[in-house]
Amino acid sequence: MSTAVKTNTLTLVQAVTDGMRTMLREHDDVLVLGEDVGVNGGVFRATDGLQSEFGETRVMDTPLSEAGFTGAAIGMAVNGLRPVVEIQFLGFVYPAYEQIMTHASRIRARTMGHYSVPMVIRAPYGAGVRAPEIHSDSIEALFTHMPGIKVVCPSSPYDAKGLLVASIEDPDPVIFLEPMKSYRSSREEVPEDKYTVEIGKGKRVMEGDDVSIFAWGAMVPVAEKAAKEMAEQGVTCDVIDLRTLYPLDKDLIAESVQKTGRTVILHEAHRTGGVGCEIQSIINDTSFLYQKAPVEYVTGFDTPVPFFAYEDHYLPTSNRVVQAIQKVVNF
Amino acid sequence: MENQFPMKQWIDEEGNVVSEEFQENVTEDLVKQIYRQLVRIRTFDRKCISLQRQGRIGTYAPFEGQEGAQVGSAYALEDDDWMYPTYRDHGATMTFGHSLKNILAYWNGRNEACVPPEGRHIFPPAVPIATQLPHAAGTAFAEKRKGTKNAVICYFGDGATSEGDFHEGMNMASVLQAPVVYFNQNNNFAISVHISKQMRSKTIAQKALSYDMPSVRVDGNDVFAVYFETQKALDRARNGEGPSLIEAVTWRYGAHTTADDPTKYRDQKESDTRREKGDPILRVELYMKKQGLYDEAWVKQMKEEISKEIDQAVQEMEAMPEANPEDLFDYVFEKPTWTIEEQKKAYFASLERGGM
Ligand SMILES: Cc1ncc(C[n+]2csc(CCOP(=O)(O)OP(=O)(O)O)c2C)c(N)n1
Repeated sequence: MSTAVKTNTLTLVQAVTDGMRTMLREHDDVLVLGEDVGVNGGVFRATDGLQSEFGETRVMDTPLSEAGFTGAAIGMAVNGLRPVVEIQFLGFVYPAYEQIMTHASRIRARTMGHYSVPMVIRAPYGAGVRAPEIHSDSIEALFTHMPGIKVVCPSSPYDAKGLLVASIEDPDPVIFLEPMKSYRSSREEVPEDKYTVEIGKGKRVMEGDDVSIFAWGAMVPVAEKAAKEMAEQGVTCDVIDLRTLYPLDKDLIAESVQKTGRTVILHEAHRTGGVGCEIQSIINDTSFLYQKAPVEYVTGFDTPVPFFAYEDHYLPTSNRVVQAIQKVVNF
Repeated sequence: MENQFPMKQWIDEEGNVVSEEFQENVTEDLVKQIYRQLVRIRTFDRKCISLQRQGRIGTYAPFEGQEGAQVGSAYALEDDDWMYPTYRDHGATMTFGHSLKNILAYWNGRNEACVPPEGRHIFPPAVPIATQLPHAAGTAFAEKRKGTKNAVICYFGDGATSEGDFHEGMNMASVLQAPVVYFNQNNNFAISVHISKQMRSKTIAQKALSYDMPSVRVDGNDVFAVYFETQKALDRARNGEGPSLIEAVTWRYGAHTTADDPTKYRDQKESDTRREKGDPILRVELYMKKQGLYDEAWVKQMKEEISKEIDQAVQEMEAMPEANPEDLFDYVFEKPTWTIEEQKKAYFASLERGGM
C-alpha cells in the first residue's frame, strides 16, 4: 500500500459498510435489500447510513421473507441489477436455501450462459457472541457443496472491503460470510477508494516451517494465538487464512504443506463433511508424499451449535489447536 | 376489507363492558385469576430485563404491552392441548404452566430450558420466523387422527405472515381440517419494519380467506375478548370444524430484544401514549374498580406472592450446576453415532490435558 492512499481505521463491520457504499456510489444498478437494512441500518449496523445516502429504492427494507427477497434478487440479477442481499443471521438462510440451491446456482449452466446471476448474499455467522439459539450456525459447507456458488469469508477489515467489492463485481453468485465475533474485535487501515482482493486466493498471516494451519473467519485469530504459543517452544507455524472457501486456494495449500509436511485444519463448523475434508483432499492430491504426519482437525462437533451456556465447549480454542500441533509434531 | 373484520372488544379502554356476549361467563373468580396472571407475567418480564442488564441472563425478548393477548389466549387452553410459542411468548407459556426456572434458563443459554413440565405439551420457542406453523398443523392432525378432543395453539407475529411457512402451514391445516388455532399477535413491528412495509393487506385476519378458514380480529389488549374468541376457536377445533386464525391487535412497549434500540425506527412517544390509554392490565383494573372487585389488600398480597415466586425461580436458575459439556453430545441421537462418540472422547481427553 503506497502512503499516498487515503485510509480510514475501520472495524470489519465498518469495512463491509464501506464496501457497499463504495459500490452503491460506483454503480447505479447495485442495490442492497433485506430485513431491517434500511431505517435501522441492519441489526449489526452493517448498512448504517446507506438508506439515508442512497434512498429507499436502492437500500430496501423487505418483508420478512428470505425466500421472497432472495428469489426476487435472483430475478433482479438476471435482469441487469446487482443485488446485495443481507440475511440477518446465517442460521436464517434456510428458507432461502431452495432459491439459492435450485436457481441462483444453476441459471448460468441451465441457459448455457444466456442468463447469469451476479448477486451477493451477505450473512453474519458463527458463535462466540452469546447469541440466542440458531443465530450462531456456521454452515459454510452447505454452500461449498452447491455447484455454481462462490463462498467468501474474510477475517480482517481490509480483506472484508476488498473481497466484498470483488464479490459485487463478480459475474456469478457469491455467498459472503461475515464472522460475527470479528465484527468489532479489531481495527485496520482500510483504503477509502475502491480496491479489490481477489476471490479464490488465500493469505499467509504467519510464516513458519514446521506446521501448516488452515483457518478462516473468526478462527484465524485462534490459529495465530496457538502459533505464537508454539513459537515460544521453538515450533513455527505457517498460518493460512483461506479467505475463499469455494474455490479453495489449491496452490497455497500445496505450497505450504510441501514446506512444512504437517497440517492442522481448524474450523468452527461441524466436522463431518466440512470444508476441512476438502482441504485434506487437496493435500492428498497435491502433496501426499510430503507429509510427515496425518492431518489433525480441530473443529466444532457434529452437534447442533449449542445454546450459549455450552458455547465455550463447542468453539475450538487455541489450547485445542496447540494440542493438535503438538500431536503432528510428535508423530 | 377492514370492515369485514371489525375489531372485537369486550371491555373498552375505560373498563366499560361493551358487549352483551359472554356476560354470564365472567365470574369474579375468572376476573381475579386473569388479573393475577397478567400481573404475574408483567412482573416476570420486568425482572428479566433487569437480570439481562445485570448480566445475569443473556439477550432477552420482552413482551410488556402484549400481556392481554398472551394470557387471554393461553388461559383458554385445556391441560392436554398443545402450545407452539415463539421467543416472545413466555407469558403465554407461563400461563399454560411452564416452569419459570426453565424459562429463565432459556434466556441463560441452557438446554434444560426447552424441556416442558411433566404433563404439558409445550414446544420449544420457535426462533426462526414462522417455521412452527406447519408443525402445529401436523400435531393437530395427529390429535384428530387419535380421536381426541385436544387442540393446538400456535403463536406468531405480524412479520411472520410474510414467510412461506405461514402460508404453507395455514394451507396444510385447512386441507387437513386440523384442530389448530393460529394466534397472531400483531404488534405493528417486525424489529424495525412497520406493518405498512410488511404487507399491503389492511388486516392479518383477511389472510385466512384464501384458506377458507374462519378468522377474527380482536383487541389484543382486551384480555377477555381474547379469551372468549380463543375459546370459541378452540371449541370449533374440538368439534371437528377445523382450524382458525385470530389476529390480536396489540403493541409492545419496549425494544424488540434487549439487543435492539427502538428509538432508531419508532417514536417512543407513541408507545408511552399507548401505555396511558389501552394498557391491558390497567384496563382490567378499571373494570374491576367499576364492578367493585378491586380489593387493595388482595392485590397487595397477590403482588407479594408473585414477587416471591419469581425471586425463588431466579434463585433456582442461578443455583443450577454449571452447564455440563456432556449434554452437548448426549442428545443428538438416541444412540450416539461413532462420530459423536469419538468427538466427545477426544474433547474430554483434551480437557484433561490442559483445559478448554
Ligand atoms: C427466518 C428468520 N429470519 C429472520 C429472523 C430474525 N428476526 C427475529 S425476530 C424478527 C422480527 C419478527 O417480527 P414478528 O413476526 O412481527 O414478531 P415480533 O418479534 O414482533 O413478536 C426477525 C426479522 C428470524 N428469527 N428468523
